[in-house]
Amino acid sequence: MNIGIHLPILAIAVPLLGAFALPIFAKVHKRLRDMWAAAVGAFTCAMVIALAIQVLSTGVVVYTLGAASPTQAVTQGGFPIRIVLTVDGMSAFMGLISALVGLASLIYAFQFLKEDQGKTLAMTLFFLLWAGMLGMEYTGDMFNFFVFLEVTSIAACALIGYRTWESRPAEAAFKTMALYTLGGLLVLLAVAILYGQYGALNIAYLSSRIRGSQLDKIALGLLLGGLLMKAGAVPAHMWAPDAYGEAPAQAAMVLVANTQASLYGLWRVLFTLFGGALAAPAVGWLVVSLGTLTLLVAVLMAILQRDLGRLIAYGAVSQIGYMLLGVGVGLVALASRPDFGLVAMQGGIFHMLNDAATVGLLMLAAGVVRRATGTKDLTALGGLGHDLKWTGGFFFLGALALAGVPPFNGFASKLLIYESSFRLSPLLTAIGVLGSILLLAVFARAFQGVFLGPRLRAAQSPPVGMLVAMGLLAAVILAMGLAPGFFVEHLVTPAARALWEGRDLYLAAVLGG
Amino acid sequence: MSVVVRTVARIILPLVLIFGAYVIMHGHLTPGGGFQGGAVAASVVALLVITFGSQRWKRIKGSLSFLEDLGAVAFVALGFLGIGYTFFRNVLAGTGGLFGAPVPFGPNPGWLNTGGTLPLMNWAVGLKVIAGLGAVVLMLGLFGGGDDW
Repeated sequence: MNIGIHLPILAIAVPLLGAFALPIFAKVHKRLRDMWAAAVGAFTCAMVIALAIQVLSTGVVVYTLGAASPTQAVTQGGFPIRIVLTVDGMSAFMGLISALVGLASLIYAFQFLKEDQGKTLAMTLFFLLWAGMLGMEYTGDMFNFFVFLEVTSIAACALIGYRTWESRPAEAAFKTMALYTLGGLLVLLAVAILYGQYGALNIAYLSSRIRGSQLDKIALGLLLGGLLMKAGAVPAHMWAPDAYGEAPAQAAMVLVANTQASLYGLWRVLFTLFGGALAAPAVGWLVVSLGTLTLLVAVLMAILQRDLGRLIAYGAVSQIGYMLLGVGVGLVALASRPDFGLVAMQGGIFHMLNDAATVGLLMLAAGVVRRATGTKDLTALGGLGHDLKWTGGFFFLGALALAGVPPFNGFASKLLIYESSFRLSPLLTAIGVLGSILLLAVFARAFQGVFLGPRLRAAQSPPVGMLVAMGLLAAVILAMGLAPGFFVEHLVTPAARALWEGRDLYLAAVLGG
Repeated sequence: MSVVVRTVARIILPLVLIFGAYVIMHGHLTPGGGFQGGAVAASVVALLVITFGSQRWKRIKGSLSFLEDLGAVAFVALGFLGIGYTFFRNVLAGTGGLFGAPVPFGPNPGWLNTGGTLPLMNWAVGLKVIAGLGAVVLMLGLFGGGDDW
């Protein structure tokens, strides 16, 4: 077996197998379960990284399930009938984000989760969620995308609500499930409309057929609505603060990566599926206006929060706004393809990686606070910096990076968004800068309230594994902040170009010349 | 429940199981398959819970969830069976072994011993659905409170 040609499916199937086999190993011995989880996690990350290297060096990778050879996507007659995984620069980039977040979450989970509080269950659901995210990012088939979307929905809702011995997680999980189901149904209806018109589900084939009929426009609207609902953009953001606030810390950061997988689905739909027919500036302006609305509303709501978890959650929602703003500016400019459009896309896409790392770090730090004190209420916390020195430092780093203070990574991506959106309308830049300033105020208050001041109570410092997980994310944040050029050139630009001008390559890779 | 219900339940229980197994077994030939047949067979658990009360079946919960995991693992493992070509490749079709008989061309009544890995996957899904749905029904019965007969 030549492992190199099976990378896309191994990255999905191995965590799936890991999830299903985990409870069996847990019945044998807890230690065996931990070793299995570590092995599956390490193997999945290795597959994702190897796949990213392969894609960045040789171009789009196509994998056909069930065919005689992985590249045989098209059957006789030029029609792709099988499920096809298509990994281009953007998919590979998203896979790296999921792998980073998943790895940090797994390292953190080993010592954060308690054995008598559903540790096996939480780890099983985590692997299921991870497999679903990677599946959404690698698939080249609309129905398969919907299936993986539902896999993530179910795993995510269960991860939010599995702690049935507390009252609030169940409510948060129910709210999330209602919106996820609605979003999933909208996506399914759109897929059905496309299938009814063109008799195919393959993204590349559909993209080569779509001409922008009235039904196509309805399908685009449904996909936009469903995926934005799952991404947690205003006005469908109300599930996010509940979910992030109530889910255990290691799960909340994976939920953030999951919203980005939905955003990736949106980019794929807008730039690849409808890229040939409906590159209308009106859709771009819709995305831009939803983005600015999201970042403003979420930041203003963050100011009011008294719960550390919900405060970080609104911070995370506001970052979705920046991504929508950046990529939306690129979408508005797609017809004439000026340089600032690509810069905006680079900013928006780079911000996805930054957001995954910084929000993840903040959530893990909040998890340490909750574990040490039993509360996340900002009015009851204070002076934890005396005992939780490393955690306080990590939180400070994450807060500065999230607010976009130089020299951290959030500044690099936000600068790209500001300087390009300025070319479209200075008002957008002004709103973006305002959002950043307010965000800095919010997180300065949160840091001051939780970690500074006189010591109110003694807090137990977290075990090494949790510090290692936070240290991993902090190292990534520092590396991206100190050398943004390297990351933009080698990871972000191929991803942005794959959307910006890579549609023909994507289609040719699946359908052939 | 009354002796009438218990007697009837004992009689129809094997029939329901056989019908569920039939739907799973013929998944690659007729409408139905692993999920549908599994749901039919899992109604046995509902029958047992209603007729004899859920407390009596409490101890099978652990084995049900173990069987569910086993079915899911078997499904993914069957996918890996074809990894010599590609994931999910139907390597057993037409090889002459179990479910490997070649399919004759043209209209036919449907030969059971064909389909390669498909019937095996149906059985894996069926096992998962029987166990999973059965565990769900059992949990509903256990959490239902004092209305056991």
